[in-house]
Amino acid sequence: MLLQANTTALFSVRDLQLIAPELILTLSACVVLVLEVILPRRERKWTAYFSLAGIALAAVSLFLLWQTNRDNLPLDAFYGMVRIDGFGLVFKTIFLLAAALTVAISLRYLDVEGEQRGEYYALILFATVGMMFLACGYDLISLYISLELMALTFYVLVGFTKRDRRSNEAGMKYFLLGAFSSGVLLYGMSLLFGIAGSTNLGDISQSVTSILSGAPLEGALAGGLPLRPMLLLAMIALAAGLFFKIAAVPFHMWAPDAYEGAPTSVTAFLSTGSKAASFALFARIFLEALGGMRADWAPLLGLVAAITIMVGNWAAVTQVNAKRLLAYSSISNAGYLLLGVIAANEYGYIGLVVYLFVYTLMNIGAFGVIISLRRRGLVGDNVDDLTGLGQKAPGMALMMTIFMLSLGGLPLTGGFIGKWFLFGGLLQRAADPADGKDWYLWLAIWAILNTVVSFFYYVRFIRVMYLGDGVADARPLSLSPALRAALVVAVVGVIVIGVYPQPFIKLAQTLVSSLSDAASGAFALR
Amino acid sequence: MNNFISSTLALVWQEAPVGRWQTIKVGVLEPDLSKFLVIAALLFVIGVAGVLTRRNIIVIFMSIELILNAANLNFIAFARYLQDTGNLNAVAGQVFTIFIIVVAAAEAAIGLGLVIALYRNKETIFVDKIDLLKW
Repeated sequence: MLLQANTTALFSVRDLQLIAPELILTLSACVVLVLEVILPRRERKWTAYFSLAGIALAAVSLFLLWQTNRDNLPLDAFYGMVRIDGFGLVFKTIFLLAAALTVAISLRYLDVEGEQRGEYYALILFATVGMMFLACGYDLISLYISLELMALTFYVLVGFTKRDRRSNEAGMKYFLLGAFSSGVLLYGMSLLFGIAGSTNLGDISQSVTSILSGAPLEGALAGGLPLRPMLLLAMIALAAGLFFKIAAVPFHMWAPDAYEGAPTSVTAFLSTGSKAASFALFARIFLEALGGMRADWAPLLGLVAAITIMVGNWAAVTQVNAKRLLAYSSISNAGYLLLGVIAANEYGYIGLVVYLFVYTLMNIGAFGVIISLRRRGLVGDNVDDLTGLGQKAPGMALMMTIFMLSLGGLPLTGGFIGKWFLFGGLLQRAADPADGKDWYLWLAIWAILNTVVSFFYYVRFIRVMYLGDGVADARPLSLSPALRAALVVAVVGVIVIGVYPQPFIKLAQTLVSSLSDAASGAFALR
Repeated sequence: MNNFISSTLALVWQEAPVGRWQTIKVGVLEPDLSKFLVIAALLFVIGVAGVLTRRNIIVIFMSIELILNAANLNFIAFARYLQDTGNLNAVAGQVFTIFIIVVAAAEAAIGLGLVIALYRNKETIFVDKIDLLKW
């Protein structure tokens, strides 16, 4: 890929058009940094509104990009470094949504924390740029750079309230484990590069298939070396690094600490945007680059998913801190989302995308409600702090109820639709005559059983809000118009997707078809 | 399994036609790809062991750098080997290494910034003393 750069210009205007949303976000992040210095302290909030405008502009340009190119996707840019396809576009939408909601719920929260600064919004925007490139990177180099862009900004964001010891500690733990996992991931990438002789995911996919069929390609490593064990080692290193990033057991221990210690608005972004981006990376590497060795990684992922679902759900039952509880809930949700990758069929992909979309809405919504309890002198992030919310603020309590039921996966909420497709994909795979194994069926049953357990702790929130004795805190909630708007958007999204999911499913189906073609093609070759 | 072990051993000691001493001499004077891979693997293992056993954040941080350098060494060795065998696109490996070095520098800046913020509030850089958040 790089050689072609000798013969032509480094890049064309066309390439820049294809990454226009990211360029807009990067520019607005830079402008936010400048505004932070120019504006007087009192007017600092304009940085937040400006970043919201930047996100909106990026969303418009993303929509135009899709409108003009919808018939000739996928498109390659920058000599194969970036690939614009439906899969990437749908993930980019999720990231923009998560970023916009996060900025909206942060406004008031940062005032209460006394940390209202422009850097915060600039960092959110930079993290979003990293995520967006992560979803459309098609080369190990661009994937690694964008992963680090996202991760480095998140280390800073998690430790953002620098006078708070818990935030320092969370930032430190997240940083150490995040950097460690990036290193492991990188080691896997280096082996993969050596085996395939290229950093391009398409080339890697071809090499992997040819190595498995016993005929290494021209330009790859010589046949004298034990290529298959090396390939397995690379796969395991990549899997370990990615399990860290998505917080799957046994690499999940950073998640509860980072989620609890981080500022709540950052926790909301971390648990949705960063998780969705890590899953985009997961899908890219495992379904596209390593799609040919699905028979090797599917059992590994299946085992990890089964343990993750169990540990996440059972550990959440005993938690008293709401943020920590939602951290364990997000660990178990990582397990559910892995089911979509394991199934690796159209149903599974739709489940992955739709569930991540709904998960973004309901999780940011739940953290938004928790943020509304925060005020000076009261942290308000224990489950008990919600006591009596049903009498004090019936609207908020109702919204929290809907988010919790949706997280649990009750029918008529968006969470149900997502889980339906995730489990359905796995069942479809189990029934597939070419690749049907019993354990797919058992894994699906295990996941469904554990969903029942999850209701136990989600309903605890509802019980405390409506049936708790008295009111935990009589003072009114700290609400702002932006927070209110974000919550309404989230709740409407969750309900609309739950009640009338057909258009979303149809859209997801057309958008993820690129991925299913790639993965099924690699699978058929084997 | 047996095949796996023997092939791994073959990777470590590239079997040479003449005696053992000759083999060692050739291995040192004209190292081939496998030597670099083994050194990188050792660096990786040392790094992982350091991360898992050390208490001092700075030392953990140094161990993480070792892991990154293991990957760097792999990339360089593979790139050189692949270029020698005719794959000119393999220069991507060397490019990747430069990117990794740059990112590692940024990571060091942020990591040490976090250490300073932590030390101001807590006056320790030992990970077992940082225990506000657990379970």
